[in-house]
Order: sequence, then C-alpha cells, then structure tokens
Amino acid sequence: MSGVILKFLGCCTVLSCLVGFAGEARAQSTIKSPTLEAVKQRGQLNCGVDTGMPGYAFQNSSGQWDGLDVALCRAVAAAVLGDPDKVKYVGLTSKVRFTVLQSGEIDMLIRDTTLTFTRNTQLGLNEAVINFYTGETFMVRKNLNVAHVKELDGATICVITGTTLERDIADYGRANHVKINTLLFDRPEEAFAAANAGRCDGYTDDGGSVAAARSGMQHPDDWVILPEVISREPLGAFVRQGDEPWSNIVKWTHYAMVEAEALDISQSNLDEVKKTTTEPEARKFLGLEGDFGKMLGLDNDWSYRIVKSVGNYGEVYDRYFGPKALGLPRGLNELWNHGGLQYVLAWQ
Amino acid sequence: MTAEIPARSPAHRLAGHTAGSLSRGIRQAMNALRRNLFNSIGNTILSGMMLALFWLVIPPFVDWAVTHATIAGISKSACDGSGACWTFIKVRLPSFFYGSFPPTERWRVDLAALLLVAFGIPVLRDRVARRGLWVVLLLTVFPVLAGVLLVGGVPGLPYVGTHLWGGLLLNTTISFVAVAGSLPLGMALALGRRSGLPIVRMLSIGFIELWRGVPLLTVLFMATVMLPLFLPHGITIDNLVRAMVALTLFTSAYMAEVVRGGLQGVPSGQEEAAYALGLKWWQVQYCVVLPQALRLVVPGIVNTVVDLFKDTTLVTIVGLFDMLGAVNQAINDPAWLGLAKEGYAFAALLFFVCCFAMSSFGRRFERRLERSTPR
Repeated sequence: MSGVILKFLGCCTVLSCLVGFAGEARAQSTIKSPTLEAVKQRGQLNCGVDTGMPGYAFQNSSGQWDGLDVALCRAVAAAVLGDPDKVKYVGLTSKVRFTVLQSGEIDMLIRDTTLTFTRNTQLGLNEAVINFYTGETFMVRKNLNVAHVKELDGATICVITGTTLERDIADYGRANHVKINTLLFDRPEEAFAAANAGRCDGYTDDGGSVAAARSGMQHPDDWVILPEVISREPLGAFVRQGDEPWSNIVKWTHYAMVEAEALDISQSNLDEVKKTTTEPEARKFLGLEGDFGKMLGLDNDWSYRIVKSVGNYGEVYDRYFGPKALGLPRGLNELWNHGGLQYVLAWQ
Repeated sequence: MTAEIPARSPAHRLAGHTAGSLSRGIRQAMNALRRNLFNSIGNTILSGMMLALFWLVIPPFVDWAVTHATIAGISKSACDGSGACWTFIKVRLPSFFYGSFPPTERWRVDLAALLLVAFGIPVLRDRVARRGLWVVLLLTVFPVLAGVLLVGGVPGLPYVGTHLWGGLLLNTTISFVAVAGSLPLGMALALGRRSGLPIVRMLSIGFIELWRGVPLLTVLFMATVMLPLFLPHGITIDNLVRAMVALTLFTSAYMAEVVRGGLQGVPSGQEEAAYALGLKWWQVQYCVVLPQALRLVVPGIVNTVVDLFKDTTLVTIVGLFDMLGAVNQAINDPAWLGLAKEGYAFAALLFFVCCFAMSSFGRRFERRLERSTPR
C-alpha cells in the first residue's frame, strides 16, 4: 500500500518538475518581473536614497534631488518609464534602509551603502551593481608637501571613533612600516573644527566624505586629497532577491552609463552619433542593431534615454565629484582601460 | 552710593522734566541692581561670575552673527568665512518652509496658512460671539479646505504627493492633526480611566500605559519598519499618514493624563450636585465636570502641545523632511558645505519663535479664563 503511495508521489514530483521546466522556458521568452510590472503600473519608480549626503544624494537650492545615487534612480526611471522625473525619492536613515527595501516599499536602494558578504547572504537582498568604488581616503594640508599615504610617517590625522577607520590606519601602518598618529573625535563636526584649527595635519574617512569635508573647510584649497585608498568600500545598489530580471535592469542601467563613456558617447554628442555612426559597438549600444533592450524586458531605445537624461558615467562623476564640484580624484572609478575598476561585461 | 545723591532741590526741578526723570530712572535701576544682585557677598560673587560669563560668550557671538556676518550675494563665494554666512539661509529659506513643494504651487501653502490664521483668530480672541461654532469650524471645515488645497487632485489644483511636502509646513500640519486628534481622544481616555465600568477602565489604562511606556522614536520606527511587513504586499500607507497617526496616539496618552489631573481637581461635590439635579452621566461630564477640569489644565495642555511640536522633528525616521530635516538637507548640499552652524542656529531661532508664540497664546488664554472665573 505504502509502495503505491510512494510511486504516486514520485509520479507527481516528475510531473511537477516537467511543468516547472516548461514554465521556465516560457519565462525566458517573455520577461516576467513583479517589480518591473509594479513600477510600470504605478508609473513611478520608488527609489530609496540617503537623507542627505554631499555628492551622493541631496536636495539642491531649488529643492530638487540631486547626486550620483540620484542619477542612477533617474537613469532607471528613464530606461523603464521613459521619463527620468518619474521617481519618488524616499530618504532613508541607515537603520531602516534594508527593512524598507525588504517590505517592498521601494523598488531599489541606492544609498551610499557598502556591498558586503553578509548583506548579500543574510538579508535576502541582491547586490545589483557597484556604482562607486571608495575606501578610507586621506586629506592633508598642502604645505605638508606629501603626495602619498606612505609619506605620512609621524603625521597626526583627525579621525572619527567608532568606525573601522582607526583599525585600518593601524593595519596600514604596521604593513607599511609608517607611524601615523591619530587624534580621535566623536563627531565629524568636532574633527573638522580641529583640522581647521591646525590641531592635526590631515583628516580621514571614506572618499566621498573626505571630499565633502574638504569643501567645508575654511580654506579648501589648503587641503589636498591623497590618491591612495587603504580599505575597500564598494558602494552600490540593492534590490530584493527573487526578481532577477529587475536586478538585471538596475545592473545594466549602470553599465549603460559606463559603456557610453567607453564609447565616447555623451549627452552632447548622443544625437549626432546615433545619426551618423557606423561603428558596430556604438550601433549595438544605441539599439540600432540587436535586441538588447527587449532582452531586458524594455524597448531598444532604453540606453539612448539613459544617456539623454543623465549622461555617461564620466559626466555624472564630474558633475558631483569632479574638480568643479567636490574635487575627488577619480581613482578607482576610472574606466578599466584608464587604470580604474569601472568595467562593463561584454555587450554581446 | 545712594547716600551721596542730594535730595531733590528747586534748582534740580528747574533743570527740566526729562533730565529729572532720567536721573531718577538711573537711581532706581541702581537701587534695584543692588537689592537684587549685590545684596550679599555670595550673590555678589555669583553675579560677578555671570557677568564674566556673558562677557566671554556674548561679544564673540555678536561678532560672528552680526559684525562679521554676510548676507549679500547668492552663493557661498560671497562669504569670506570670518563670520556667519546668512546668505546660505537666505538662499535656502523657501525649502525650510515648503520643503520640495513645487515652486509654482507654493501659493497653496500660503493660502492654507492664511486660512489657519483666519479660522484661528476667532477661536483665540478675547470677546467672540459663538466661540464654540468657530472651534467646530476650525476642526471640520478648515482641515477639509486645507487638505484639498495642499493635496490637490481636483480640477485647477494639480496633485502634490506628500513626499514633496516638507519644512515648517510638515511640522505645522502634523502638529495640527495630532492636537486636533489627541485632545478629544485624550479626554475620552481620561474619562474612561475614571469610569466605573471595569472593561472600559482596563482598556483605557492599558492604552495610556502602553503609549506612555514606549519612546516616540520606537513608535515611529515601528510605523516605518514593522507596519509594511504586516500589510499585504503592494499596499502601502502614506508616510505622512503614518507619522500623523503615530503622533496622535502617542500624544493622546499624555493628554489623557493631563486631563485626568484636571478631573481629579474638580471637587466631588460638583458631580454629586449635578447628579442630584437629575442630569445623566454624559450631561454631568460635558456640562459640569469637563469645563471645570479643562480650565485647570490649560498650562498642562499647552506644555504637551509645545512638546509635540518639537517632537515632530523626529519624522525624519519615516523619510519625511520637516524643518530640521530641510536644514540638514541644506547643509549637505555640496554648494553650501561647512555651514552647519548657521543652519542649526537658524533652526533653533525658528523653533523658539514658534514655541514661544504658542506658550504666549497659552498664557493669554489662562488670564482670560481667570478673569471670567468667579472665585
């Protein structure tokens, strides 16, 4: 009797597997993403950003959201909805950011958040793409005549306590046989004031924050940001697990911005290139050849709209971190063929 | 020192009325100083120390805030860094009041504020016929008008999502809703807590103790983090509504205790006499007990309202940018970095003005009640 039941159960399992496979095969032909569906139906992308972080996400003088992270939200909205302004920004503190994403209130989280092993595996979240490589960076007084972190032997650096910054400096010092003194503070404002008052030779934090700190100094030009980064803080976008097509859209939206820069396509020459180009790479990128947009579940003009509305990655970086803005050397965020880490998987 | 001052002579009197009253004023001031600040060795030392402290603090502050300050120009380059950069406040001022409310629609916020004043004046003024009617209008007609005006979505008024609201507009809106909601709820809870019906009493006590027992930060945290997990996927409640509900429930627990304090203060003879006249329970409460109780607790209610107004700054947790949130946004704008001092000084000033106005109104209200209460 029990044998019969087992056989019956076995048959059911095989059958359901077959049905499952068939379903999967169908899904490949027409992309099914609950998040994409919801965004399209709503006509608005819900994007979780920082409550205010110079360079990444802030409200400019006219009350509009602006910044590198905001640019990614706008790019995704342009690709999916055809309009970069159809975004609802949700300002999130670091304590609530992941829960708000998990609960489905936002479609993506791009909040200068470090992509880590545990966040990927323990939170049920997908780390879609890295849009900013940073890490512990140093800013020192120009009159110190120091060009590299190695040369900081004997210098005193203002540091905020309660982070990994201190430990990273100690590790770096031990590994490279330099003695870097630290002066500790509880709050960034106190550390800035001490640096302004000349109590230390430099200030350290991760790249974007150091650049912001430099802009806030009494005489920003007296300070220089050193090129080395002594720890890893890859910042990027998170989406919920279980919706791979949506994760792909976020990932390839960032890649489209990088690819555009690699192909020398910018906001200004975009239309001209589209009209005149004969290069196969550019034609594929702009959707003149191939069906790359459709493979994502979008239309083939998606990448054109991204560059049209926010520009390529280099333009976006310069707008917020370039010499005229926060003045952070591009370093790791250069394209791979210029010595950086911004690299696009093959567009084929 | 006063002993040396000669008695008033006819010549002195001829020297002119102004000079006379001036020297008399100085003499009185000197006397007051000596009586109040330097009347013993201990007080003289304390007064000296306070004067030294003022001397250390005030001149540098005036130097920073007035003498070396800049207000001209439209960018950070206009400020030289030697004093306060009020240019920053000037340029970002609209965002402190309206948040991200679309600039072309901001007249709607202004109009709503005017309506609030128009409905509020008859409620707060001294001699008004039918004050009760005005209170009812303020609590029913005004919210509807203001809601339609601010949210829009009707012909002629484009829809403005609450995620665009911000600045003082948010503080005011949330405070108004929370006060309007928590006063009646608080009164009901206070009466419930003193009720003879065991279930009503237990529920009231449970509600009050629960909401008083948790920090507001936790309540808002729950509203933003836990609530969506209980709701079906895809259904979301507007963040502003969450903040309003959380603050209303939270404040009503405090209101209830304030009102209960007043109920406790009404002599039990009043209630007994009212019952003896044949009035029903609700008539006794509404016509006899509550009017006397509320009169007693006006300072407590004003205190709770001022507290509530300041608590509205915590809504940053649910992703809303109130006035303080807008200031935080402004000091993180790369175009204006390094001006946190100016931002916070201005926020403190604005909050002080608002809270001081509220407590002044409260005091006036108390005085009026005192005048009209025969004791």
